[in-house]
Amino acid sequence: MLNAHPDLTASVLIGLGWYYLLMFLMNLAWTVRSYRDDGEYSNGIPRAAVWAVYSSILMMVSAYHFTYPPEGFLISMPSWFRDPFDRYFSNPVLFFVLSILGYWAMIALREWWTKPRVAWVLLNISLLFMGLSLTDYDFRQIVGKPDNVPIVAMLFIVAFCTWIYFSRAVDNDRRIAEGRPLFEQENNEKVLVWPDLVYTELICMVVLTAVLIFWGIALKAPLEEPGSSVKTPNPSKAPWYFLGLQEMLVYFDPWLAGVVLPSIILGGLMAVPYIDFNKRGNGYYSFKERAFAVSTFLFGFLPLWVALIVLGTFLRGPNWNFFGIYEYWDVHKVEAANNVNLSEFFWDGLGTGVPKGTTLDRILLREFPGILLIIGYFAVLPPIMGVTILRTYFARMGVLRFLVFSNLILWMAILPIKMLLRWAFSLKYIVGIPEWFFNI
Amino acid sequence: MSVGDYIRNSQIWKSVFRHPAPTDRRNRVVVMLTNFFLHLHPVSIKQQGIALSYTWCMGGITFFLFLVEAITGVLLMFYYRPTLDWAFYDIQALRDVQTLGIMREIHRWGAHAMVITVWLHMYRVFLTGSYKPPREFNWVIGVLLLVLTLLLSFTGYLLPWDQLAIWAITVGSNMAKATPFLGVEGPGFQVFNTSGYELITNASDAKFLLLGGRFVGEATLNRFYILHCVAIPLVVSLLIAIHFWRVRKDGGISQPL
Repeated sequence: MLNAHPDLTASVLIGLGWYYLLMFLMNLAWTVRSYRDDGEYSNGIPRAAVWAVYSSILMMVSAYHFTYPPEGFLISMPSWFRDPFDRYFSNPVLFFVLSILGYWAMIALREWWTKPRVAWVLLNISLLFMGLSLTDYDFRQIVGKPDNVPIVAMLFIVAFCTWIYFSRAVDNDRRIAEGRPLFEQENNEKVLVWPDLVYTELICMVVLTAVLIFWGIALKAPLEEPGSSVKTPNPSKAPWYFLGLQEMLVYFDPWLAGVVLPSIILGGLMAVPYIDFNKRGNGYYSFKERAFAVSTFLFGFLPLWVALIVLGTFLRGPNWNFFGIYEYWDVHKVEAANNVNLSEFFWDGLGTGVPKGTTLDRILLREFPGILLIIGYFAVLPPIMGVTILRTYFARMGVLRFLVFSNLILWMAILPIKMLLRWAFSLKYIVGIPEWFFNI
Repeated sequence: MSVGDYIRNSQIWKSVFRHPAPTDRRNRVVVMLTNFFLHLHPVSIKQQGIALSYTWCMGGITFFLFLVEAITGVLLMFYYRPTLDWAFYDIQALRDVQTLGIMREIHRWGAHAMVITVWLHMYRVFLTGSYKPPREFNWVIGVLLLVLTLLLSFTGYLLPWDQLAIWAITVGSNMAKATPFLGVEGPGFQVFNTSGYELITNASDAKFLLLGGRFVGEATLNRFYILHCVAIPLVVSLLIAIHFWRVRKDGGISQPL
């Protein structure tokens, strides 16, 4: 029987052949570097030998992809990995928890993973995972969409930039602790902009132009059927850079997820230089000197922005259901959603039943637990934090600055908090007044 | 005398380049001061300030991508007609038959790349603490440029007028309907609709303003086309000029104090 969705085709194998050839060349260069710098084991064998063996395996894998037909091909993502991965590891809760754990590990283990050898191994693992996953039809359908290719590239670039940051920061933190000058202060003579800068810029422009032209030839820009206001695609997705915001729609109503929260993100970003009173860490990479500021920013950028874009782009399918990376986007997949408002928890817990009626006093009575909670969160919590855990900040910031700062932090925390409440208690709205479109 | 020397000694050449080739120290200084395009730069600069591992070159790449978008965009404007009858078919022709149709690919991939490089530029500026005094206000301008970059990309997304385009804009613009006070499904709009007057309706709210209609239609296409090709690029150009000017005036590229 002919399979309409084959995992392996001749052209896929050729593509993967190039992929592994590239990996081989990268590791070949790494082997040379290792032979030059890494020295020998105690028995006299160069440490680079391991890399040489690995590189040659990659070369053979590449040759195998170029020469063998799809039938009976041996290298593909095994189903004993795929199926459990889709079944047990594919839900938004685990995805988000893992991204938070990854964030924590990135900071806690920074001295370990910034070592070039460790980082290189991690890069190779992720590339192998990617290469093996590409043998899966459904994975290719999502990742290989022309508009999604830049997102995959972005993940590797962001990871690389984060690595540069942490390795430079770890180095500078050590220098500061030992009283040595910063990395940025060494070999820092003045040079003429012509030629030292203008040539860098010229080369950069030439390379970028070449990349764009190559990219334009290799990947056609997407063009679907002519637009029609009656045929609604499922799922309907915003442009990829807004998919983090679209993902927030799962937890918040549009007025919060689409209007208020984006405005606060932008306002908060603009406020950053005015609430960060720490004078240190200006103009060089460091972590210890501004651990709080950097951790907060990384938390906002990596788990709350980039990871949610990945979630919204690759893992949300028809009806905005969650799909595993190797799972077919089935329109008929049903996920039970039976969410309950806080008012129902409260009044049913009292045994009186939710107050009925749509007059102002009845609505306020019904929702007063949630309203109290929200007021407490935004109005009472900041002063309490100001005299307890954040007292040093309050003392150095002054009232106005501190109120802006603490409210921004609370707004940032509101998304993970609402997620946790949703997953733990199936909580729909803390304050739910659909009569006024006012749901929180 | 060789042809090269003849040209370099001609009155025309000398009227364009007012000094000899920048091969010695003096002329390398002079070229930075007399060339319009180069005078954005200082004459000399700290070595670590321009090290790639320090700056990542992301701001410069973003600017270069903006120029690429402007050039390919103008070329596309010669061909593309922003009407319901033609928009889709012009793009289709660019893809399938038109010479230099690759301009559309470069324009789209350049746009994606620009969004990413803006983020990375911001990432680097934050991680080196370069927004700290005296550069606070330039950071604010940078955030505005980030917003405008996203809006440029968003408005451009509609122009091919395929399913991807109109539904992405529909999803995005549905948010405007929920704007507090100004959208028909936003909290608080009722305060404008008291005592018999209906100020906020689905023909006057924030979404209507954005789309120029109740749905994504011909008026939306026109509106987004003007925003994408004229209005936003003008504002962006102004802000870029201020951004660059302030980099110089706020002490040049950031360095340890």
